[in-house]
Amino acid sequence: MDKFRMIFQFLQSNQESFMNGICGIMALASAQMYSAFDFNCPCLPSYNLAYGLGILLAPPLVLFLLGFVMNNNVSMLAEEWKRPTGMRQKDPAVLRYMFCSMAQRALIAPAVWISVTLLDGKCFMCAFSTSVPVEKLGNRSFTGLSEKEMRKILARIPCKEIYNGQELVAREVAARYLRCISQALGWSFVLLMTMLAFLVRALRPCFTQAAFLKSKYWSHYIDIERKLFDETCTKHAKTFAKVCIQQFFETMNKDMGLGHTHSPEKVPLEEGEEKEKLLGITDQGTMNKLLKSWHKCKPPLRLHQEVLQNGNNWQGESQHHSHTSLPRKEIVTYYSKV
Amino acid sequence: MDRFRMIFQYFQSNSESVMNGICGLLALASVKMYTSFDFNCPCLPKYNMVYGLGIMFLPPMALFLCGLILNRQSLVMLEEWKRPTGGRKKDLAIIRYMCSSIMQRAMIAPVIWIIVTLLDGKCFVCAFSGSIDPEKFVEFANATPTQTQLLLSKVPCKDDELMKNHPARKAISRYLRCWSQALGWSVLLTLIMAAFLARSLRPCFSQAAFLRTRYWSNYIDIEQKIFDEACCEHTRDFAHQCILHFFESMQREIKLRSFHVPREAEVGVKEEDHLRGITDQEQMNKLLTSWYYCKPPLDVSQATQRQTVGGERPSMPWTDSLSNRGNEPQKGKTSRQTDV
Repeated sequence: MDKFRMIFQFLQSNQESFMNGICGIMALASAQMYSAFDFNCPCLPSYNLAYGLGILLAPPLVLFLLGFVMNNNVSMLAEEWKRPTGMRQKDPAVLRYMFCSMAQRALIAPAVWISVTLLDGKCFMCAFSTSVPVEKLGNRSFTGLSEKEMRKILARIPCKEIYNGQELVAREVAARYLRCISQALGWSFVLLMTMLAFLVRALRPCFTQAAFLKSKYWSHYIDIERKLFDETCTKHAKTFAKVCIQQFFETMNKDMGLGHTHSPEKVPLEEGEEKEKLLGITDQGTMNKLLKSWHKCKPPLRLHQEVLQNGNNWQGESQHHSHTSLPRKEIVTYYSKV
Repeated sequence: MDRFRMIFQYFQSNSESVMNGICGLLALASVKMYTSFDFNCPCLPKYNMVYGLGIMFLPPMALFLCGLILNRQSLVMLEEWKRPTGGRKKDLAIIRYMCSSIMQRAMIAPVIWIIVTLLDGKCFVCAFSGSIDPEKFVEFANATPTQTQLLLSKVPCKDDELMKNHPARKAISRYLRCWSQALGWSVLLTLIMAAFLARSLRPCFSQAAFLRTRYWSNYIDIEQKIFDEACCEHTRDFAHQCILHFFESMQREIKLRSFHVPREAEVGVKEEDHLRGITDQEQMNKLLTSWYYCKPPLDVSQATQRQTVGGERPSMPWTDSLSNRGNEPQKGKTSRQTDV
């Protein structure tokens, strides 16, 4: 259990690890889906190709898009792309890095599906059974069949029970031929994908490594910043609600003329603590301004300014609010008489 | 057990996670329900279509309603929609956001049922076996229309005497299953495409408004929870005090009859504080009514200034249009409202 927890925590540690986990799960799900799916070739001349290619290509597309949908970074990418520049410049390299990393991960499950499909062979056999070279494998001159008739017979190759062209071309022969080509294609596809992945991985450090490190860092930063912002907003909402309800009870108290108050020493301490957590944002209008500002004008990536000018994070509309709502700090100096 | 507890805790961490967890469970339940359901096509001319389409669409509706019922947020949303305005204006954008998030989650299990049904194919074959064109299959050339219809409706039943060895049965069945699977994959592809577009294009439109509605809808949810907790706490302390007073009064009676010195019941200062002055039924009822009819405005900046002895109200460092709540006595409905 400890091992499981460790793995779980490791995968959760950042968005990329989490996505790797989801990626793996989707690849397994893809293989499982293929084996659970009941393949059902129509065995009719024009339908075979459409069905076969459809099963070969539509589920990979679904899996690819699903890989994007499940990735939280998609909305983050769109947000970063579309936000007003504000005080923080946009870096297209970061956007490109994010997009590439998402696309790479989303490609894994479709690649697994296509490989499994080709290696299994049913799909390929269904799609291309009418294109079998009868001259090579069978008896072309048999009973002078018209093209249409022949295609109808060949279309039934994938369906063992209804195949009636044994004299034209033996079903086993044709099936074996098609499966052989399908598996060859499948292995070539796997080899090609692996080769591409290897090249990308091995050769990337030879080009623009410094720029790559920069993009990677800032894309992680954007991800973490967004998460922390959401967490801070949630914490703030909790504290806001607590204080709101406390005040509601007290107002009710007062309005009903009950005259009960907390002991005066307790009030400033409790309320003071809660108020600290509110970080100076104590009403709806200010919060709305904050949220608008977060989108329209993200703060610059320069921290030392905060120490020098207290609360200068959001310039513009809410400046006077942040100034007046922060608690004042007392500075005490000691003189020693030595 | 530890593993389950960890997964459980992860999902409990906030209410969105809880909802995602419930959503996932409903989806799995939907698949399990389908596999354990014993599909039983009637194989009669008019009944097939009704049965097939019924199985395809009625369980999804039930699953959709289940999804709405199990979602705590639907109650929160309805309450927010129907409450009197009171001291806090309503923001329709928040209600719309909550509604759309509830609907999206509730739609997942029904969609999964429909897709699994289509990919499996039994339902589709049952519903549409009577509607195919018999001319596509040569074996029906010599039959009358009614006979053809009867035979076609028996296609889904493998063990039926008439159709068991009919050469066209498998071909028709295969043809219909092919269409059913093509339809299933198309539906899945369309939905995933729509989800992808929605996810990636949403930040391009009104991102600031989105942040705002998300924050406030989260706030409403949390506030409801905390209010329930505060009431629970209050109930417990109220009950405790009630019982203590009862015991005290019993002791006093006993003291009057005999000469025992009663022990002073210790009234916990802490508990009295928790009661916050609300100490009888009417007061509590008034408080709860007021919570519904007149929710407080979203402004907590005047906390410490309210507590001055003698009820003096010092002037505020800044006044803006938002609220001057402390200055007027609170009635059931007020005309002042905080602006959004």
